[in-house]
Amino acid sequence: MNAKRAIANLALTEKEAIVKKLPVTLAALGLIACSGFALAAPEGDAERGAASAAVCSACHQADGSGMNIAGGESWPRLAGLDANYIAKQLHDYKSGSRVNASMMPFANMLNDQQIADVAAHYASLPATEGKGGESADEATLKRGKQLAERGDWSNYIVSCKSCHGPDNQGAGDAFPGIAGQHAGYIKAQLTAWKAGNRRNDPQDLMGTIARRMSDDDIHAVAVWLAIQNPTAN
Amino acid sequence: MIRKFTYAALSGTLLFSVNATAVDDRTQQYIDTLVELGYSAPEENELVHIPPSMEDLEEAELHPELKRVIRRGYDLFTNTQQLRGENVFNNMNCSSCHLGEGRMPFSAPIWPAAVTLPNFRGKNAHVNNLEERISGCFTYSMNGMPPEYGSDNMLALTAYHQWLATGVPVYPKQPIYGRGFPPPERPEELSYTRGEAAFQENCSVCHADDGAGLRVGDQTVFPATWGDMSNNWGAGIVRVFTAAGFIKNNMPLGQPNSLSDQEAWDIAYYMSSQERPQDPRYTGDVKETLEQTGPTFHKHSRYGQIRETDGHVLGDHSNLGDKTFLKPDTVRPRTFE
Repeated sequence: MNAKRAIANLALTEKEAIVKKLPVTLAALGLIACSGFALAAPEGDAERGAASAAVCSACHQADGSGMNIAGGESWPRLAGLDANYIAKQLHDYKSGSRVNASMMPFANMLNDQQIADVAAHYASLPATEGKGGESADEATLKRGKQLAERGDWSNYIVSCKSCHGPDNQGAGDAFPGIAGQHAGYIKAQLTAWKAGNRRNDPQDLMGTIARRMSDDDIHAVAVWLAIQNPTAN
Repeated sequence: MIRKFTYAALSGTLLFSVNATAVDDRTQQYIDTLVELGYSAPEENELVHIPPSMEDLEEAELHPELKRVIRRGYDLFTNTQQLRGENVFNNMNCSSCHLGEGRMPFSAPIWPAAVTLPNFRGKNAHVNNLEERISGCFTYSMNGMPPEYGSDNMLALTAYHQWLATGVPVYPKQPIYGRGFPPPERPEELSYTRGEAAFQENCSVCHADDGAGLRVGDQTVFPATWGDMSNNWGAGIVRVFTAAGFIKNNMPLGQPNSLSDQEAWDIAYYMSSQERPQDPRYTGDVKETLEQTGPTFHKHSRYGQIRETDGHVLGDHSNLGDKTFLKPDTVRPRTFE
């Protein structure tokens, strides 16, 4: 009952936080002109977004399912993710606060309106299933399930679901659904957080936990999450 | 990583002494991890207990039926929302405040209650047992109606508490390491304005600017820090020092001891300056209630005080949140006459 209000507040909070920081960081970089998103985030239009997303589908696929690529760079499933979360990531690629060589040129092609539209488009698609966890052994899956649902407090690793929500299907626009995400993508992101190569999470909340995880833990939680249902039944 | 702990005994309890050889590797590692997270090391002679985990339960030599009941207690503790509308009338789970499944030191671990009760309790001025203590949480923190004494759910909850205390002597003479929410030293001045700013900077991403927290479906992801869906005015955490201790030791989630003492206290002061459901001990008059509960409780909260920003008298209302009764009948004096 409070969820909608809380989500609205979250969006507002994030916006305000960005606005607060803008004068300093952007003025320092001479980037005042780029502040349009923060000052007036446009409403996304899923239909318009479908057209703009044509360029995205080479990797993320027309149905937004992405692709798990063993041994390579996996492309995340975008279908069914929160629109504001997707939009923030695209803005972060543009601003450089999230760094990815493959994504940067594409994000740079989109203006604020197109970002909102593309985000609305992918958010509107039905979530597809994650890949990469099919051949995991029982012990690994058991450990992954423990980390995702209960955490490992002996190492102060809080559970995934304590922020990513019931069944890890997402909570608000700051904590995306990770159930049914490709194992290769989850593993790459946690590894990037652990190494300090990804830092665009609110208050380093994910980075703090990732740095406490062993490579085995990261693998275990990635393969377990990948085979979970991305949406409620 | 889990393996390194499970090879050891079911649970480890000992009196910690820096010179004692009795500090085994597992306990030392436990302490080292906590110290790395910014917690103080145990004082000499403090009792350090590593409560067993749910994995240990599976390995334990206990009657299968007892294991089943302990699992139920665990399930109720970590998903107390399953009792919504019956025993719980807000968005809280037990584990919202007692982090790490009630096992974490400095997060009011719950096993001490199983070895220190029955005991006299200042809050209600009589001797309480474990069931009555748990009832207090339901009455105040869950703004609810406790499960009946002796009921299946109450028994399951107490079984979980007692099992976590496995190996600890009853009525230990030593002080317990990491008990409660030990507050940092109180700074000279507390500020509503600074607390508000610090809340928005550090807490709002999860708990929202209006303190409503976040629910997804019928489950709580982030509990409400004030308002109708939060604990009522009688809950221990409305005391500013308790909230400051909780915040400093546990928040933001995953980042214990990251806020300054001043920030933790300012945020606590700000939170205790917001409205929430009425204290079940309410007499119908906030001033009278304050007179009765002040000496043992509300002298530490902002109940009955005037909020500096708008002149509002905190707690001066008859709002009960989602429940339809003020006081469960478990809130009653015991005289043993």
